[in-house]
Amino acid sequence: MQEIISVMKEKAAKLLAEGQVRCVLGWKRGEFFYESTPAVFESAEELEELVYDDFCGPNLAKYLIRECAKEGKILVFAKPCDTYSINALIREHRVDREKLYVVGVECAGNLDVNKIRAKGLTGLVGFEDNGDTVTVKTLYGDETFEKGELLLERCLCCKGKEHKIADETIVLNEENTKTVGADRFSEVARLEEMTADERFEYWREQLSRCIRCNACRNVCPACSCIKCVFDNDDSGIASKANTDTFEENMFHIIRAFHVTGRCTDCGECSRVCPQNIPLQLLNRKFIKDYNELYGEYVSGEDSESKPPLLTFTQEDAEPSIVKERGNC
Amino acid sequence: MQRIGVFVCWCGTNIAGTVDVEKVAQALSHEPGVVCSYNYQYMCSESGQQLIVNSVKEHKLDGVVVCSCSPRMHEATFRKAAAVAGINPYMVEIANIREQCSWIHKDMGDATLKAIILGRAAIAKVNLNAPLYPGESPVVKRALVIGGGIAGIQTALDIADAGYEVDIVEKTPTIGGRMAQIDKTFPTLDCSACILTPKMVDAAQHEKINIMTYSEVENVKGFVGNFTVDIRRKARHVREDLCTGCGLCTEKCPSRKGSDEFNMGLKKRGAIYIPFAQAIPKVPVIDETQCIKLKTGKCGLCEKVCGVKAIDFAQKDSIETRQYGAIVVATGFKPISLENFDEYAYSRCPDVITSLEFERITNAAGPTGGKLLRPSDNAHPHTVVFIQCVGSRDTSGCGKPYCSKICCMYTAKHAMLTREKYPDTDVYVFYIDVRTPGKGFDEFQRRAVEEYGVHYIKGMVGKIHDVDGKLLVDASDLINDEKICVAADMVVLATAIEPSDGARALATKLTASMDTNDFFTEAHAKLRPVESPTAGVFLSGTCQGPRDIPETVAQAGAAAAKVIGLLAKDKLTTDPCVAISDEMLCNGCSCCEKVCPYGAITYSNKEFRIAGKIETRRVASVNPAVCHGCGACTVACPSGAMNLNGFSNKQIMAEVDAICK
Repeated sequence: MQEIISVMKEKAAKLLAEGQVRCVLGWKRGEFFYESTPAVFESAEELEELVYDDFCGPNLAKYLIRECAKEGKILVFAKPCDTYSINALIREHRVDREKLYVVGVECAGNLDVNKIRAKGLTGLVGFEDNGDTVTVKTLYGDETFEKGELLLERCLCCKGKEHKIADETIVLNEENTKTVGADRFSEVARLEEMTADERFEYWREQLSRCIRCNACRNVCPACSCIKCVFDNDDSGIASKANTDTFEENMFHIIRAFHVTGRCTDCGECSRVCPQNIPLQLLNRKFIKDYNELYGEYVSGEDSESKPPLLTFTQEDAEPSIVKERGNC
Repeated sequence: MQRIGVFVCWCGTNIAGTVDVEKVAQALSHEPGVVCSYNYQYMCSESGQQLIVNSVKEHKLDGVVVCSCSPRMHEATFRKAAAVAGINPYMVEIANIREQCSWIHKDMGDATLKAIILGRAAIAKVNLNAPLYPGESPVVKRALVIGGGIAGIQTALDIADAGYEVDIVEKTPTIGGRMAQIDKTFPTLDCSACILTPKMVDAAQHEKINIMTYSEVENVKGFVGNFTVDIRRKARHVREDLCTGCGLCTEKCPSRKGSDEFNMGLKKRGAIYIPFAQAIPKVPVIDETQCIKLKTGKCGLCEKVCGVKAIDFAQKDSIETRQYGAIVVATGFKPISLENFDEYAYSRCPDVITSLEFERITNAAGPTGGKLLRPSDNAHPHTVVFIQCVGSRDTSGCGKPYCSKICCMYTAKHAMLTREKYPDTDVYVFYIDVRTPGKGFDEFQRRAVEEYGVHYIKGMVGKIHDVDGKLLVDASDLINDEKICVAADMVVLATAIEPSDGARALATKLTASMDTNDFFTEAHAKLRPVESPTAGVFLSGTCQGPRDIPETVAQAGAAAAKVIGLLAKDKLTTDPCVAISDEMLCNGCSCCEKVCPYGAITYSNKEFRIAGKIETRRVASVNPAVCHGCGACTVACPSGAMNLNGFSNKQIMAEVDAICK
């Protein structure tokens, strides 16, 4: 990891020095080693703080919206899954391709600190990625685990290690170009097999934990409205959520609807949820549905194509079929 | 809070039979904002409307809810009444308690409860209504007729006679269409060409009619009164302005492999050809797939013999853009392909032909000079079998589920003409039913049976075998309940008809709707039969459904009358219920633009002062003249920046809340 960071720093410092980019969007260390936060670097000195490791989960795409509103070009480091979000934002004219210099960086998968804690470890002080295994260092000694046990949910069913948009890529380890991902939709299929009542109960239980911290919305690159309908008193929606617990739950369903066909399944919503609600399942249900009803579509694979809900073709499923399937 | 009046209509017993109107009026009188609530026998009647007008004045109402039939029926009526009473017509809401309630429920209690709920939703909506004002748009005084068959020609002539300019766009090299291919017309047996060609000449010579043959509609933009149409003028390679139509080039052309479309492929033609002698314009066209010069660069014989230098091998397709106030679709029909009907041996036996091919064989200008000779050996057939309903009324999926309507009559005509000219020929007709409604039609068919001795056999043909030069027709005779076999020399298939190629693509360009068989649908099956549901688009002839020549001509005139009615107006009022974008909420994501079927949404960068700072944002704006108010954008917009006047997101939410209360 140390090796790739120096290559990244060198690259970024060079482009900054040459004036080719105004700033660099990357990650820096948070309070703990497992907390990497998005950061904007504007000089070689600031770049000293750049980090890149298995805990650099945050998807930087959304931060480009704000940076693109300013003058000058931005160098952005992007993991393969982040590139889908960048493409989706270019498609929606929220970021300007001309202002981007995308450097794709290899990804060895991101670790989930909650899974480490769930192993009963406390006093975390560091980690070491050994390829197939990860050694977690604690105040009370080291412990080694299979990497698969500690990966973020989204990395367990990785979409691919290919960068969908990049001006250049930094890949030092060939191992990091291989995709090992499970089926993204198996959990959705399991929910579909439930009866409507069971499924309703399942979601009522999951969503009842929601504290409406809005972290999922604020981190989501697709939820990038200048003014969210939930913040707009005049929309007639904002105040409704407070009237009863069911409508409170509707927040997540409405949000999933709003990002259908736009969501790239980057999994940030689930990663940041402090209540561990499996929010990605809502998005994946919609993805599975439109794949089956309107043909395969991967949002963010490119920056031009029209999402399935914004197109009409002769082959589209008839509403009656959509309804019939919706009842299953 | 507005002052709302509720008016519950009985519609005689239509509503009052299943809905307790008294109870509905009573229940709705307690809703917020309601100051008066009435029920009345016929709210749409003179006195019913007067009740509304008087109540508005008496109670100083500013919103009206009418619980009655569908808004498609009487919304306009009640809006007018509101205007008479002095309030904005868009302050009227209709709760449909007839089609959506009384007609579909049997239980009085359930229906009454539902009527109350529907009324409550309308009240919740009208509380949020705001006055709306229609705009105006000018009318381009020119019509486009797509298709130059008898339907298109008649429509164009009628419109032009009223003094308006008309363009006819025809995709083949000549106008005339299917009628030009037909020999005689039922039930009077007058010569088709003799009655059609004078009309073609009239159209060509009419100072208000401009004929564009070998051309197709490429793209349509705009709306009623203001269509902008791109027309592709396909490269004819012969200059219409120079050609005298002498036809020398067509005689000298050494390529003779082209299939003569006008003669249904029964003959070959040159690469440069005039479809038929009376073609209009009488200007040849070069078939690019057949021309030796265009394929290999050598030849150019036509160019050498042309005395007026009209041949232009370098000609390319060009696009002409023109404005129209109205568009008439007259794209006609074609016989279906017979690939699903192998049992009739059409593809294997040249002596099994379609009815349209039979028309060409019996036509004096056809491949046999009008003599009844069979294609395989040019021998005179002594037994001819006609099979009706080939692909019509077919629910097996091989053909078409509908009746092609014209086949019973033309088959009787073919049978009769065959017997008349060749009394030595035996003629059989196999049919499911004989359907001959129409003036003089049944008499005509009976004459074929009674005077001409045509053998009509009720029953379908199972299979045709080709044995030693005879066509053995296996069939069932349902009346005598027996299987029979007729040894025929020639078999004629009354092939089902379907809309012309490209009809669906055209419908998409026009945003006009079609049925599952690709026939254009009318705005109302009974009351608006020649109008498409898309404003400004009219229907003429078989593009709408199977019909014969007299019906086509009648409909062509009706469509023309509708077009004239539209073009006679100087201005049209536009519906104010169009989309509107809240620029302060717009993200500039283009979702609405992508989903808009009318191209009504455009984006531009605008400067805004936000919290003291100037910021440039990409925002959507709607062209109200182009917007149809379909609402697709309001659903696609993630931030709720798109709204529909009269159907705002808030109003719809209020309705849903009122229903779910």
